[in-house]
Amino acid sequence: MPPDTETKKKPGIFDVITENYVWRSIFRHGYADTPRNRVLQVSANVWLHLHPSKMRRHGIRYRHTWCAGGLTFLLYLCTVVTGVVLMFYYRPTGEYAYWDVKYLDFDVPFGMIMRNMHRWAAHGMVIFIWLHMFRVFMTGSYKPPREFNWVVGVNLLTLTLLLSFTGYLLPWDQLAIWAVTVGTNMARATPLLGNEGPFGPQLGMTPRYDARALLTAGTVVGSPTLLRFYVLHCIFIPIIASILMILHFWRIRKDGGISGPL
Amino acid sequence: MAENISPGAPIADQEEVKVQSGRARALAAADLPDKVHTWPYLVRAEFISGCVLLLVLLVWSITVDAPMEEPANPTKTPNPSKAPWYFLGLQEMLVYFDPWIAGVVLPSLIIVGLMVIPYVDINPKGNGYYTWSERKFAIATFVFGFLVLWVGMITIGVFFRGPGWNLFMPWDYWDPHKVVPLTNIDLPYFLGIRSEMVAMLFGLVCVGGWLVGVPGAIYQWKKNSPVIRELGFVRYGIVATLFMIMAGVVVKMFLRHLFNIKYILVIPNILNV
Repeated sequence: MPPDTETKKKPGIFDVITENYVWRSIFRHGYADTPRNRVLQVSANVWLHLHPSKMRRHGIRYRHTWCAGGLTFLLYLCTVVTGVVLMFYYRPTGEYAYWDVKYLDFDVPFGMIMRNMHRWAAHGMVIFIWLHMFRVFMTGSYKPPREFNWVVGVNLLTLTLLLSFTGYLLPWDQLAIWAVTVGTNMARATPLLGNEGPFGPQLGMTPRYDARALLTAGTVVGSPTLLRFYVLHCIFIPIIASILMILHFWRIRKDGGISGPL
Repeated sequence: MAENISPGAPIADQEEVKVQSGRARALAAADLPDKVHTWPYLVRAEFISGCVLLLVLLVWSITVDAPMEEPANPTKTPNPSKAPWYFLGLQEMLVYFDPWIAGVVLPSLIIVGLMVIPYVDINPKGNGYYTWSERKFAIATFVFGFLVLWVGMITIGVFFRGPGWNLFMPWDYWDPHKVVPLTNIDLPYFLGIRSEMVAMLFGLVCVGGWLVGVPGAIYQWKKNSPVIRELGFVRYGIVATLFMIMAGVVVKMFLRHLFNIKYILVIPNILNV
């Protein structure tokens, strides 16, 4: 082989696309895979700077984390995006709620798939947050210095269940109203604060004035309950959960990143 | 500078770095071969798993529609009325306990019990890696509580409970008229105790003995064992109480299914366990 053909490479398809005036006007220079750029890709990126720019090798293995925490967060984002779309079409009153959901399912373009994705992502979030807790326990990642972040995580787990539970009522069908009736009936039996709980009646709790009435905004699961659950579902719990998520992610970094053998 | 310490540096060089200031030590650690760049290695893994999850979610949402039943009707109670599936473990507890225990006390204890785990598990081993042999008790307890009790009870609630909250096999016809005789009796009665006072005392002894007596006796007996001495009285008390409550749930389930026992302790209008 003559030596000059070795040095002069034939331009490939990649070069044809990138080595021209228009491409260069959009992307001034290519990406050089240097250690400095690898660090900058993470530390100078608004989405990625949550991560450290370098991490311990075992932490990137699927079998160490199962990606369960990150996927829980991704599913949360899915429910936020699809949930906001659903909010455009949904009125949280007993009169309209069910028919708005029907309208979404049959008349709104992509309405059905938005509702499907919202519901299945919510169920997926419950499953993935359990998997995440299970994985964190199995790797002993709650041990010092990560004790407090585990506590934050347990709170997030509880809030996830409450988010899912409050959303369960919103379609306002038989499944929704009776599942929430069963769930909120438990509050009737709260010690001290429920009208059927130990020492509840002695403290003046009545069906109209106790822990359950506070949840359901009345004595039965009705239109006021729907509005109450809607506000809890769309505003109150997401804000609290988001704040705790920020704390949770920040503490991962502050506690030394993904856990690993010491 | 970190660049001065190459990954292949002899061990002696790295040892020397370790006695420097914390910042120098951190920089040195950043260049040890154990560390990799987050970009591309972690971001790539996250991207792939995220894509797979979104794809599954999309295909699932295209093929399976979210449930939608008849409009809400407060006058028409379905039989059975089931809570959302993730709460069916707690609804299942209603079979065995009064509502305030099943619906309020047990979930609160689960949440609090989970939160105290890092503060009562003082075993320094198994921090950040999978191991069974180094923390058998912790893992066995957690796996039992999570997989067997929580997930298991949800499975029973979802697939095996039908009208009247009776047990049905998944392939059985849900007969709404199935009659299951309620022959449950309280434990003291089962043992031949007829006086209400004696029954109450007997129940108190049983429940108190289970929750306080057994852990207390083990504490007295094994006080000088290294595990319990290191744990200390308070931590031991928390672990033992939570453990005995969890085990008590299982014991009560067995008593119900083997001997039709309803309650162990009855204090009228105040407490049934």
